[in-house]
Amino acid sequence: MSFEMPVETWPAAVSTVTLGATAEQGGTRTSTVTVGGEATLPFLNFEQETPNRPVIAMEVFDEQPSEWPAPLEAAYSDVWGDPAQWAQKCVEEYGADLICLRLASADPEATNASPDEVADHVRAVLEAVGVPLIIWGCGDYDKDNEIMPVCSQAAAGERCLLGSAVEDNYKTISACALADKHVIINEAPLDINIQKQVTILVTDMGVDPSDIILYQTTGALGYGVEYAFSIMERTRLAALGGDAMLGMPMLAVVGAEAWRSKEARLSDEAGAEFGWGPQEPRSILWEAATATIFLHGGCDILTMWHPEAVALVRRTIDELMA
Amino acid sequence: MALSAIEIYQHLPKTNCGDCGVPTCLAFAMKLAQKQASLDECPHIGEEAAAALDSAAAPPMATITIGDSSKALKLGGETVLFRHEERFHHPCGIAIEVSSDLPADEVTAKAKEINELEYERVGDMYGVDLVAVRDAGNGSFGEAARVAAEAGDLPLILMSDDPSAMGAALEAVGSGKPLIYAATAGNIQEMAALAKEHSCPLAIRAEGLEELASLSGQALEAGVEDLVLDAGAREAGQVLQNETAIRRAALNKKVRELGFPTIAFPVGDSVVEKSLQACNCIAKYAGIVVVDFTDAVGILPMLTTRLNIYTDPQRPPQVPPGVHEIGEPGPDSPVLCTTNFSLTYYIVEGDVSASKVPVWVVVVDTEGTSVLTAWAAEDFTAETIAAAIESSGIEEKVNHKNIVIPGGVAVLSGKTEEESGWNVIVGPRESSGIPSFFRQQGFS
Repeated sequence: MSFEMPVETWPAAVSTVTLGATAEQGGTRTSTVTVGGEATLPFLNFEQETPNRPVIAMEVFDEQPSEWPAPLEAAYSDVWGDPAQWAQKCVEEYGADLICLRLASADPEATNASPDEVADHVRAVLEAVGVPLIIWGCGDYDKDNEIMPVCSQAAAGERCLLGSAVEDNYKTISACALADKHVIINEAPLDINIQKQVTILVTDMGVDPSDIILYQTTGALGYGVEYAFSIMERTRLAALGGDAMLGMPMLAVVGAEAWRSKEARLSDEAGAEFGWGPQEPRSILWEAATATIFLHGGCDILTMWHPEAVALVRRTIDELMA
Repeated sequence: MALSAIEIYQHLPKTNCGDCGVPTCLAFAMKLAQKQASLDECPHIGEEAAAALDSAAAPPMATITIGDSSKALKLGGETVLFRHEERFHHPCGIAIEVSSDLPADEVTAKAKEINELEYERVGDMYGVDLVAVRDAGNGSFGEAARVAAEAGDLPLILMSDDPSAMGAALEAVGSGKPLIYAATAGNIQEMAALAKEHSCPLAIRAEGLEELASLSGQALEAGVEDLVLDAGAREAGQVLQNETAIRRAALNKKVRELGFPTIAFPVGDSVVEKSLQACNCIAKYAGIVVVDFTDAVGILPMLTTRLNIYTDPQRPPQVPPGVHEIGEPGPDSPVLCTTNFSLTYYIVEGDVSASKVPVWVVVVDTEGTSVLTAWAAEDFTAETIAAAIESSGIEEKVNHKNIVIPGGVAVLSGKTEEESGWNVIVGPRESSGIPSFFRQQGFS
């Protein structure tokens, strides 16, 4: 019998977004990252080439994280007191495509650093590395509304990705993106309608749809990964079907979620009780497997923690793109 | 996919003779579409039309069974490309390989180990499904198959391209409906004959989709109806494309030759790499994945990926109601309460773990809904919380009567105190506020 490839046609494509700006473009980045542009489902090269490979942002915290499990401590304890050195290590040793700087020190529950202090951290990281930056607030809405304008200005013209605009708190960050030429992350709590709503709110503020990345709060493997996976698939199908309010590249927070799981956190001894095997390969694989599922959901930007998980996922992306 | 009345009508005689008991052919077609009538009620239907309608009405992907014990594995029968459209029906089978060049006692030991691999997750046990015996070409395939079959109840995959070795192995295991892997362009007639003789499902391995469809057609012609497909690729990118093409061809184009579950062989330089690729395959359509390791580090993510991908999106995953422990709580430890929606519980568990404070959690059965949804649906009320406190037996575990309720349902605090006789403390609205809430309350 003759076999015909079941090729499908899609009326629309995902928007293409470039992060980072070089000197010519008004910034100081030595490289930029372009994501999106897909005109089919992930990696179906028989239908359409994937124009831009998914990228990995390695996360850097602007103060030393507390109680990180041993495998992360082993990777980062030499640099985790200094975000600039930490970012440098991620780029130079581990080949990060971009750096996701978490302004954890601003958290009123923690150090409660001032806007000027955290902006200094942003400047230091921008100076230390040439890759584009994601700058993510501490999660406290009021505090983020204080720090983000100062940090955004400190990075003006760099086309950073700012996180995050949510339904109840999107105005300040939208204004930052507009004023200082950045891109923003639209966040929704695993809800496709809220995701659309945030996009509508943010574009109403004047943000261009090509300056938006979508993010649905993520769950790790074993902890709700399938919700995020299915929401991503639905979002991507809607995008390819022509829904412009969902037609942007997607981001997933992988490291933070995967490393909350018991499977990643339990030590060798504690894991042995369940017959789970040694912590290092177990935790690394947990992070990598979580990431890989999101790749199949259509995710364009993965934020990750462990360098070996990053290496594994990069190889998987190579294989899927081939 | 079911046929519409109009599609059925095209195949009917269109004479409106009424011999079927329905006045017109179109009306009869509508009854057929709604499954209120059967085709043999029409005395005038031609053989060709009947065959066309029968095959069109058949499910687009066959369901096949490997094994005949209580551990027999059902595969295939999938009806959608995306789990949110409905659900995936038959979870991907996970198989672990044993090579026939091991001494018989080692084959037995390994097969036993595979049979006994089991991990607990939220109160349920999960294990692997199949023992795959690979012919190392050293003449002991039959013996290895026999001892592997005797080592436990898991069904077998017999892996050899040599029909005479396969025949010997099938004789050696007797019955048990193992999966024969594999028929290829070089041996399809002999392998199909073996599958028919022993009533076993047959896997087909081809070089690419075109050859796969052709070999599958030959097996069907030879009368083997239970097939498993392998398009030959091993690299992750090509595997994904083949799997997608096969699923689409079966469901959207009704290509009968490809309407069967698939089998995948993840490759890599280490357990970690192979496991990661297995997770890739499980996420996208593989019917069976075969790996050659038993390490928990590699097996656990595969079992969990499968569990997550194959959950029913219409039925929220739940944790068992009752008392749960986080850390090692004692009589002084705080008592929290939340709903039994898995996601809700896991988020609370994660944030409590981050706080390092050991706690008791009273989980209320809200049929798998989150706090605010359950509250709105009146499944999370003063009454249900009080009943959960009572039936959970938490009272015997602690030396106090203080319970923390989620901040989102602060409005329930007075009534809950009345109903339960416990002192209610209103916790944070968001679970992420738990660590700072504990600090403020002075728990450590």
